[in-house]
Amino acid sequence: MIRLDIVTPEKKVFSDDVANVYLPTAMGEIGVLQSHTALVTPLVPGELRYDKDGKTYELAVGSGFVEAGPDSISVLTDMALTAHEIDETLAEKEQREAEEAIDKLDNNEDAEEIAQLRATISRSVAQLSLKRR
Amino acid sequence: MANLKDIRRRIKSVNNTAQITKAMQMVAAAKMKKAQNQAIAGREYADRMNLVLTNLKANMEGLAHPYLEVRDEGKHLVLVISTDKGLCGGINTNLLKKVHKEITDEADYSTVGKKLRDQIQKAGKDLLEHYSLEDPISFADVKPIAKHLTDQYLSGTYNKVSVCFTNYISTMVQEPHVSQLLPIDPSKLAEKKDYEGVGKGKVGETNTAEALEKEYTFEPNANEVLNALLPQYVGFQVYQMIVEARASEHSARMIAMNAATDNANKLAKELKLEYNKLRQAAITAELLEITTAMKALE
Repeated sequence: MIRLDIVTPEKKVFSDDVANVYLPTAMGEIGVLQSHTALVTPLVPGELRYDKDGKTYELAVGSGFVEAGPDSISVLTDMALTAHEIDETLAEKEQREAEEAIDKLDNNEDAEEIAQLRATISRSVAQLSLKRR
Repeated sequence: MANLKDIRRRIKSVNNTAQITKAMQMVAAAKMKKAQNQAIAGREYADRMNLVLTNLKANMEGLAHPYLEVRDEGKHLVLVISTDKGLCGGINTNLLKKVHKEITDEADYSTVGKKLRDQIQKAGKDLLEHYSLEDPISFADVKPIAKHLTDQYLSGTYNKVSVCFTNYISTMVQEPHVSQLLPIDPSKLAEKKDYEGVGKGKVGETNTAEALEKEYTFEPNANEVLNALLPQYVGFQVYQMIVEARASEHSARMIAMNAATDNANKLAKELKLEYNKLRQAAITAELLEITTAMKALE
């Protein structure tokens, strides 16, 4: 068992002992089990999964970072939503608006802006893919 | 001399005022509780982030990031967080005083909250952006503000970004506060701030021993982790300061409305006394007249 804490600036979303955790990170999905080496890595928008009592649970998470230790793992992110908390129309709207904004921007000049919009898009996509499963 | 009818009218209007302020006090009290809880809820996030940052700092030889660069050229950008509505005691005036005292160099302003936006415009300062935030504040609402500040900083026009807000200490005490957001002072990075969480924990303390106990592996490397972490760090700071300011606003309003209700009740009591005195005097005068008339008839 490993202690999973999911914390956003607004509240502590989740805190419980789970069997294992799968996280979307900058280098692809990683799985964390008990006795994992102490690790800190950036979290990217996507789907976080954990197993508890033989069942798999899913959450859509935003960007942030992960701090894993031998017996605990904390996920600090700006968003963590379960399927029934996701507002499909809102996520769709955000995605559409970000995509339209990207089209208007210059690829070379506004690299930073585009990167941020892409983050918004992937956040929305993460929500939608979980919701529509 | 005021007549009975005038006093009766005044008592009625004072009582009405007391009723309204009482209602506002109760609304503010409910909102205050929520805002306080929100301010406390950020503490956990702050603690964990500080822990990782402390460790990261110890593991890196010389931090390098645009947010940490101290530049000479450029102006000062100040975000002033005030309230949208009035009737909240002196918090806006106190904050404005603090701004005038602390911001002495040439600065441009962005604002949250209408009250000080109007004041700053009246003072002839340049206003860059204005934001209005509804209760309850969500982290997503604050992101555009943090983005605006960091964008302006990175564009090179500004070499320093400060935030002025009212720090929540307790229901009775709120303090105006000026805090430098950018560039981040590496020595202060990861240190406990006085606005992280409501009034608890020691300010300026870093939990070094606990943080360094763990030997983290940073993936892909420490520099990448720092690049990912700092924007989140800045975003969280802005969020926390706005939440603190909100908790201060509702507390100040509750106290102000409580005082207003007390004053109105006191005034009503005094008027009532005067009213009764006058009524008594009128009755006595009338009785006297009747008795005199009766005596005259005998």
